[in-house]
Amino acid sequence: MALPQNLVREFDELVKNYPEKRAALILALHRCQETSGWISPEIMEDLATYFGLEPVEVYGVASFYPMFRLRPVGKHVVSICHNISCDLRGAQDVIAQVCKITGAPLHGTSKDGKWTVETVECAGACANAPMFDLDGTYHEDLDAEKVAKILGAVK
Amino acid sequence: MKAFETYLLDRAKVEGAHKLETYKKLGGYKAIEKVLKTGMTPAAVIDEMKKSNLRGRGGAGFPTGMKWSFMPDPAKDPRPRYLAINADESEPGTCKDRVIMQRDPHGLVEGCLIAAYAIRAKAVYIYVRGEYRLPHDRVRDAILEARAAGLVGKNILGSDVSCEIFMHKGAGAYICGEETGLMESLEGKRGHPRPKPPFPAMAGLWGQPTTVNNVETVFNAPFIVERGGAWMAGIGTKGSSGNFLCGISGHVNKPGVYELPFGVTAKEILEEKAGGIWKNRNLKAWFPGGSSCALLLGKDVDVVLDHDSLKARGSSLGTAAMIMMDDHTSMARVMEIISRFYDHESCGQCSQCREGTQWLAQIFRRIANGKGQPDDVATIESLAKGMAPGKTICALSDAAAIPTLSAVRLFKDELLECVRQKRDPLAVPLPEYAVAHAH
Repeated sequence: MALPQNLVREFDELVKNYPEKRAALILALHRCQETSGWISPEIMEDLATYFGLEPVEVYGVASFYPMFRLRPVGKHVVSICHNISCDLRGAQDVIAQVCKITGAPLHGTSKDGKWTVETVECAGACANAPMFDLDGTYHEDLDAEKVAKILGAVK
Repeated sequence: MKAFETYLLDRAKVEGAHKLETYKKLGGYKAIEKVLKTGMTPAAVIDEMKKSNLRGRGGAGFPTGMKWSFMPDPAKDPRPRYLAINADESEPGTCKDRVIMQRDPHGLVEGCLIAAYAIRAKAVYIYVRGEYRLPHDRVRDAILEARAAGLVGKNILGSDVSCEIFMHKGAGAYICGEETGLMESLEGKRGHPRPKPPFPAMAGLWGQPTTVNNVETVFNAPFIVERGGAWMAGIGTKGSSGNFLCGISGHVNKPGVYELPFGVTAKEILEEKAGGIWKNRNLKAWFPGGSSCALLLGKDVDVVLDHDSLKARGSSLGTAAMIMMDDHTSMARVMEIISRFYDHESCGQCSQCREGTQWLAQIFRRIANGKGQPDDVATIESLAKGMAPGKTICALSDAAAIPTLSAVRLFKDELLECVRQKRDPLAVPLPEYAVAHAH
């Protein structure tokens, strides 16, 4: 397998922003994950070839950063903040409700493959706690009604 | 509180201020124009910064003008040099830089241009945490607009000064908010902090002279250039000048990010801005500046919120992110969360931090869950003392130890009571899923 041509063209532009090619690796990992949903071992090998690194170096980077998913995930991912400001305002109730509505276990995927539910550390939405990130969009000032409405609207 | 002049969030309150047209209408890009068209030298800009007494807004409070002056003289050291903007905002409780990036991104771009000019950097990297998609996109779009208008890139406003600004994304690691961890991450590596010295001004990004500044810090620069350093020095208290963005979260009626001058008390902010503690309860404890600073008691809320006053109370201003906890809060639970966070975020290079954060998290977890052992509180204290100060490459170990030691000092009896009763008397019953997933 090789990286799709459109990504290669994108990376060729991206690396021009840095004196060393490798600097674009994390951005490239983001783009691969946006395209495939997760970072497979094959993608890491492809990126290693592109950046002139050993696959283990790419793995070392990908595995360091919590945002990179090294396992497949559901069609939709709900990332719920469970740090202090959110916990003080009911993050635990949000987690319980999200798990119940989606049928996904915490840090797991629902049987129909539709949902993955995870907790994350402080997402910087402390003044609008509690919050979750659904597929890259923040939803803040959550309460039970709002959570039900947001998740109910997801196809 | 006394009436005061605002400036930081004035534009952010205007609809559409993230667009170049509106930003310019509100007086934007006048500061960089002043610098370039009146022949203000880089040294003169640094001088105004020094006069302003502006201290970094990222947590450490280092004087900005002094930091900029550490960059070597280009006549003697012609190496390329860089400005890195720390937009990795991830200190628990902190959500202020996001407001700037989302609502006033051109203000950040203009701040970058001035800072880069002062340190003579031709390239700026804005390192935004990966989760901040909208803030990232707003700043990216602002750079594109500014470039099209001749404000970013080659020969800015027809001058012989050039500066490129690049967006860069993190991927969820708190440690990349530490300046040397940020640089490693920007180079495409694991975010492992580097031992200092060498300091970034001598050997930073790719081994070249580098300055790392927080978003709110450089955001202040255009105001200082336009109005003069003496103007800012006249606002605030002796050791802390200007206005600052204060976040207030937790058990308050109106959490938010508010602009305030140094010199107001925490009580004024709590009551006049945040509407007091919710549910008509009382304040039990609070973090004045994010989870890495020492806890204070409810009665300490009379303290003036500035660097020196908080230091005198045994805590620190940090990122000015107040996290307020009411009198129903279990401190065992709070520390379970805080210690779990540092355990999760330790990069693992130093044994004190890697092992220490893990042990603290384990012990706080068992105390909060009614499984504490008789000597656990003493163990926590001795562990934390072994983790700080200054025993590790970076300050994450200290950041875990400081709140821990304050919790043991202020709430020892409460923690011991959890151990003695084999349950946390203040615990709120957790939803069913959490019991099933307790680890």
